[in-house]
Amino acid sequence: MKTMMKLFLAGVAFAGFFAAAHAEDKPTIEIMSSWTSGGEAAALNVIRSEFEKRGGVWKDSSIAGFGAADAAFQNRIVAGDAPGAKQGVIGLAAADFVSQGLFNPIDDVAAAGKWTDALPKSIHDLISYDGKVYLAPTGAHGESWVFYSKEAFSKAGISQEPKSWDEFFADLDKLKAAGIIPVAWGGQPWQQTKVFNMILLSQVGTDGFLKIYADKDKGEASVEGVKKTLEILGRLRGYVDAGAAGRNWNDATAMLITDKAGVQFMGDWAKGEFTVAGQEPGKDYGCMIAPESKGMVYIADALWFPKTGNAQTDKAQKLLAEVVMDPTVQVEFALKKGSVPMRSDVDKSKLDACAQKGLELMSAGAIVPDQAIVLTPQQVGALDDFVDEYWSGGSNDAGTAAENFFAIFE
Amino acid sequence: MSVKRKRNLSATIALLPTWFAAVVVFIGTMAWSIRLSFTNSTLFPSSTYVGFAQYAKLFASAKWLASLQNVLIFGVLYVAGCLVLGFLLAAALDRKIRFESAFRAIFLYPYAMSFVVTGLIWQWMLNPTLGIQASVRSLGWESFVLDWVVNRDMAIYALVLAGVWQGAGLVMVIALAGIRGIEAEQWKAARIDGIPVWRIYVSIILPQLGPALAAAGMLLAMGVIKTYDIVVAMTNGGPGNATEVPAKFIMDNLFGRQNLGLATAGATVLVLGVVIAVAPFRYAMHMRNQAKGGA
Repeated sequence: MKTMMKLFLAGVAFAGFFAAAHAEDKPTIEIMSSWTSGGEAAALNVIRSEFEKRGGVWKDSSIAGFGAADAAFQNRIVAGDAPGAKQGVIGLAAADFVSQGLFNPIDDVAAAGKWTDALPKSIHDLISYDGKVYLAPTGAHGESWVFYSKEAFSKAGISQEPKSWDEFFADLDKLKAAGIIPVAWGGQPWQQTKVFNMILLSQVGTDGFLKIYADKDKGEASVEGVKKTLEILGRLRGYVDAGAAGRNWNDATAMLITDKAGVQFMGDWAKGEFTVAGQEPGKDYGCMIAPESKGMVYIADALWFPKTGNAQTDKAQKLLAEVVMDPTVQVEFALKKGSVPMRSDVDKSKLDACAQKGLELMSAGAIVPDQAIVLTPQQVGALDDFVDEYWSGGSNDAGTAAENFFAIFE
Repeated sequence: MSVKRKRNLSATIALLPTWFAAVVVFIGTMAWSIRLSFTNSTLFPSSTYVGFAQYAKLFASAKWLASLQNVLIFGVLYVAGCLVLGFLLAAALDRKIRFESAFRAIFLYPYAMSFVVTGLIWQWMLNPTLGIQASVRSLGWESFVLDWVVNRDMAIYALVLAGVWQGAGLVMVIALAGIRGIEAEQWKAARIDGIPVWRIYVSIILPQLGPALAAAGMLLAMGVIKTYDIVVAMTNGGPGNATEVPAKFIMDNLFGRQNLGLATAGATVLVLGVVIAVAPFRYAMHMRNQAKGGA
């Protein structure tokens, strides 16, 4: 009995020791993200180092591939073992989680940081659900960009950026004649959809774009716009190399960095890859908004904060939200990621020429939301299927395809 | 009498966990999935029933129909290819060659690899700008074309190729074990009769390998239903719908597209398909056993 008592006391002392050690524990958080390419990882590191500087402990669970990371996240949520934070887009994808009560609101952080003043109203609306702020925005991305290799352009004898699609295709012919792959095509459905959207915006304008995606309008002008978009998309097939199917976007960017290819259609996160490779905008590579486009498609990233039932993690989530919205972090992050800061009150002078262009369009309001913001994940998937089927099917019957387009909203 | 009952009781108790697992884990989750397929669940399970709406949507989806067709083409060619190649390898190894165990290890080795690795290797080899096509062209044969992975009409056969490369080793080992179990007397008798070697294999050895090959075929067929990782690694279902398979369709809808209802409807159809395919087979076995028992 005595020995039992001793053991028990020793146990209590031991437990007490650990409890004390635990109380001193720093706020620890596990971050799940799909930011694994060079530029993305560098950008995530900006948040990480500031978070650690302020006393947090960072556990990285990066998973390559947006879909793979999402699937892993949902598994963890269902298993009741949610990570402390998840990188995701601002839009309808987060809505289900919030309405199920699975996310922690970060209202007090937002109130203390005066986020209502710092963020554009549209963004503030998108991160709030039922009047409470749930998401911490990291940055906005423009998706209407065409990047080009300066060296490839000069080799092909192209002296200035094409203004119209006809000029653009003439330039692609020149690139082809110079023995350069004209378009570094990323062959995954989501990338193809982004190209579709940037062409669509150039054909129907911002109002027409919103009419299609936000109002689901099937009017004559909309159908005609989709048809013209598909025609341009179809013409691009002839300028793509044989290995394009399934290619990652950063592999496509690498083709520009090594001057093997002429242009790439991609969101401005591609700049992060150029930066990591030591290339500068305006000098080694150029960026232009898609021909004939008077606006820009945008998408915004944020951190989501699932409920974990752990007070330490809750504390860490608040600290992280604070760090993410810190003005210097926003700028540093944007520089590495190639994005545009979400806060409108930051020092913009440091941003590169491309980001300045994007910022101009953004502050002029010439922007339209990416499909992930306005469509449900099911509709986004159906849109990907539609574009991929048209692109890979080789059908040039844009008229019939345009009629089918509107089935994605059903 | 009482001893027997006691033994049964303890056996029953010992089997309880198994019963629990069978009822709750297997049948329970299956029932749960089937129930979900009749609801309008999106990201999370819902209890709003919508009848057969998800099934109607499923069979209106070109992607799903393409996936069924693909898995059929892939399944038949993959199982047949593995069986034929595996048997040929086993017969070749049986010819008392040198370094037999080394060959056996080499041919079986692919089976030890995950499908993801197999898929990636073959994707690289068949990628026109990286793999075989590029190397042959760099040797001077400029018009050489091997673009199966990126070709809509050929992509499914690229999957079959990679699958057979991986699965044939398993069949080889099973068939070889079967061949070694056949009595040497039969060989001697056939030799004396002057029957050519290939004829011995086809008419004498092969019929006796029936059960072994059936087992191997069953193992492979079960793999076909689950085909997912090799597709993701090699083509990700593309180009277009050309290599979409049901398992991938279900996974995509479960996670990426937050469409639990449609995904469980797909899974239910898949289970039903397996039941329909296996039931007559099981029934025939059952009847045969009963006939044996009666005799």
